[in-house]
Amino acid sequence: MPDQLIFAMEVFLNGLMAGVLYALVALGFVLIFKASGIFNYAQGVMALFAALTLVGVMEGQVPFSHLVNAVLGTEIHHFGWHVPALLAIALTMLVMIALAWAVNHFVFRHLVNQEPIILFMATIGLAYFLEGLGDIMWGADIKKLDVGLPQGINTIIDEYTYNLFDYGFFIDNLDIVATLIAAVLVAGLIVFAQYTKQGRAMRAVADDHQAALSVGISLNWIWVMVWSLAGFVALVAGIVWGTKSGVQFSLSLIALKALPVLMLGGFTSIPGAIVGGLIIGVGEKLFEFLIGAPYLGGATENWFAYMLALLFLVFRPQGLFGEKIIERV
Amino acid sequence: MRKMFMTAALGAALAAGPALAELVVPDLSYRTGPYGANGIPFSDGYQDYFTLVNERDGGVGGEKIRIAECETGYNTEKGVECYEATKDEGSLVYQPLSTGITYQLIPKTAADGIPMHTMGYGRTSAKNGAVFRNVFNYPANYWDGASHAITHILNENDGDISGRKIALVYHNSAYGKEPIRTLEELAKKHGFELMLLPVDHPGQEQKSQWLQIRREKPDNVIMWGWGVMNQVAIQEAVNIRYPMDQFIGIWWSGSENDVKAAGDGADGYKALTFHNLGDDYPLYDDMRKYVVDAGKAAGAGDQVGSVLYNRGMYAAMLAVEAIKTAQELAGTSNITSEQMRDGMEALEITEAKMAALGLPAFGPEFKVTCENHGGDGYGAVSQWDAAAGEYKLITDYYQSDQEVIGKLVAEDSAAYAEENGITPGCD
Repeated sequence: MPDQLIFAMEVFLNGLMAGVLYALVALGFVLIFKASGIFNYAQGVMALFAALTLVGVMEGQVPFSHLVNAVLGTEIHHFGWHVPALLAIALTMLVMIALAWAVNHFVFRHLVNQEPIILFMATIGLAYFLEGLGDIMWGADIKKLDVGLPQGINTIIDEYTYNLFDYGFFIDNLDIVATLIAAVLVAGLIVFAQYTKQGRAMRAVADDHQAALSVGISLNWIWVMVWSLAGFVALVAGIVWGTKSGVQFSLSLIALKALPVLMLGGFTSIPGAIVGGLIIGVGEKLFEFLIGAPYLGGATENWFAYMLALLFLVFRPQGLFGEKIIERV
Repeated sequence: MRKMFMTAALGAALAAGPALAELVVPDLSYRTGPYGANGIPFSDGYQDYFTLVNERDGGVGGEKIRIAECETGYNTEKGVECYEATKDEGSLVYQPLSTGITYQLIPKTAADGIPMHTMGYGRTSAKNGAVFRNVFNYPANYWDGASHAITHILNENDGDISGRKIALVYHNSAYGKEPIRTLEELAKKHGFELMLLPVDHPGQEQKSQWLQIRREKPDNVIMWGWGVMNQVAIQEAVNIRYPMDQFIGIWWSGSENDVKAAGDGADGYKALTFHNLGDDYPLYDDMRKYVVDAGKAAGAGDQVGSVLYNRGMYAAMLAVEAIKTAQELAGTSNITSEQMRDGMEALEITEAKMAALGLPAFGPEFKVTCENHGGDGYGAVSQWDAAAGEYKLITDYYQSDQEVIGKLVAEDSAAYAEENGITPGCD
């Protein structure tokens, strides 16, 4: 088999894995948009906030310690304990649920029936608020996140492909784990939406707020639930991306990777986020390998992802799996 | 009521007394946003040194230094706003810690007569002071860094690197592209093959670049990154089992922030530097006594001795030494920005001077002249020791390839002078 084809296969597989990572971020956007029509600009910052909180809880960091010490003249930074990863994840999830309640109670409850652009602007404000809150609570230094996820080359795939092609493929163990997590997450979300009472209520709200209200569904409750779910997805994305690069404030920029995925997969489809992620991941990596690096000087991935999404927008504005909006006069 | 208010205001003004002379040094810092983790230690070191001089010595030449901090968020537009907001306060020198902001401020500082110090960043050809009268980039610049990396590889290979493949993984921006021309010239001179691998901002996804490195197996990788790009690159290098002792980062890819996330795998990673490391210096005893323990530190006081804290502190030390030189030249302690510029242009850093300051062998010796605003291009290589959790210098300071760099500086600065109608000169 020609070397170029073997390398392309490796790039293809890595593109799939990268696509799953993008989809993890995109899922949070989809959940909130589907249930409330809000494009949540703060989703990337929510991933950052969740990851910061997780590391802080795990390491027994005192929240707001610099503020507390400045006011009280103390020198307390750590509680002196280390919280196991699973317990820390559960505690962080409680924080994300509290955040969901606060976001709904203090912001979006007061903005019901406002124009989508107003809601969008509110999420921009929320993003900056959360970024500042995360900084004051946990500090701005880069933190290592280790919840036990494996990293580095998968030696089984490396050896197997080496025996086949005389060239071992590089697949990161973290990417494999992320793929499994994403599969479980998507399956869980689909089961939740299709087969549980709360899930059906969420879909009812997504279809028609007024009709859902008229049959006794609490809009507040559904929105808190949806923001909590988005918080959970943000936590998962924060864990995976935080493990990859350390937990730091640039983590919020992962949202940039989710946008073309959403444009391609549609803003209202959970499977669309996954399929969109895979297409973007594979497309950008193969383009970089076949055309970008050899002929265009490289660094074409971001450009290609958005170009591909733009093409889809032109021919299928609702995305691959999005709902076509037909408004009758 | 109105009379009472005016009386109170007048009383307050009298109580404040006459305005004391002070030397204003702006700090265009970034403590927030994606690059805050790097901006904080630099700014802490920069400010803490001035605070130390104020608290221990009563200022410089009897004049207290006032720091005017302005948050840029590493955003060029905000950086320019900060400059405009602070320049009329009598600002002596700017240190923007951003190549993007530097490029915007070069014409502004020239027009306003305020000097700018861009230590190890900014526009490299500003080394030619005959063209860039107000910009200084001592003790080393980007092109020196590129040459330091190649010289180190040469030294490790008995002076022969012909036929080797050297990859440059760089931030796809004006900053990241700075070393390319120098490396191309050095590739011609030494016969190595240069492989260019750009990484788009912010650099969280670098799988394509590192798969290419794994396929093409360059003998060495040089990195020109900042922020998250550094951490991801080092982690990816660990993942593909690239030998860390063949991986060299520029000084902006060589802080503790860049290696800690990769854990033990980052052990052996190398980074260039133009100043020394750690906190084992007499000056730091004073820093703790007069600043940190006294509760007067700019930050939490937890960054003392880190690479970027040291760099910020070193930048402030050079500024203070330039102020002293300017005061001597001007014959007055209350200097202006123009006099500060003259002081920077006459600055000489010797080992005796650094030792007297409590910083023996902290940086290279150099002398600034009108023709040479960039020092003599000395730098060193450090290596990360994961077990000890610190970088260690593994070489002495050595000079960059002045033959190659001098020519490039002359060409680039001449082009700038022509574009901007500047007549080069030192009069």
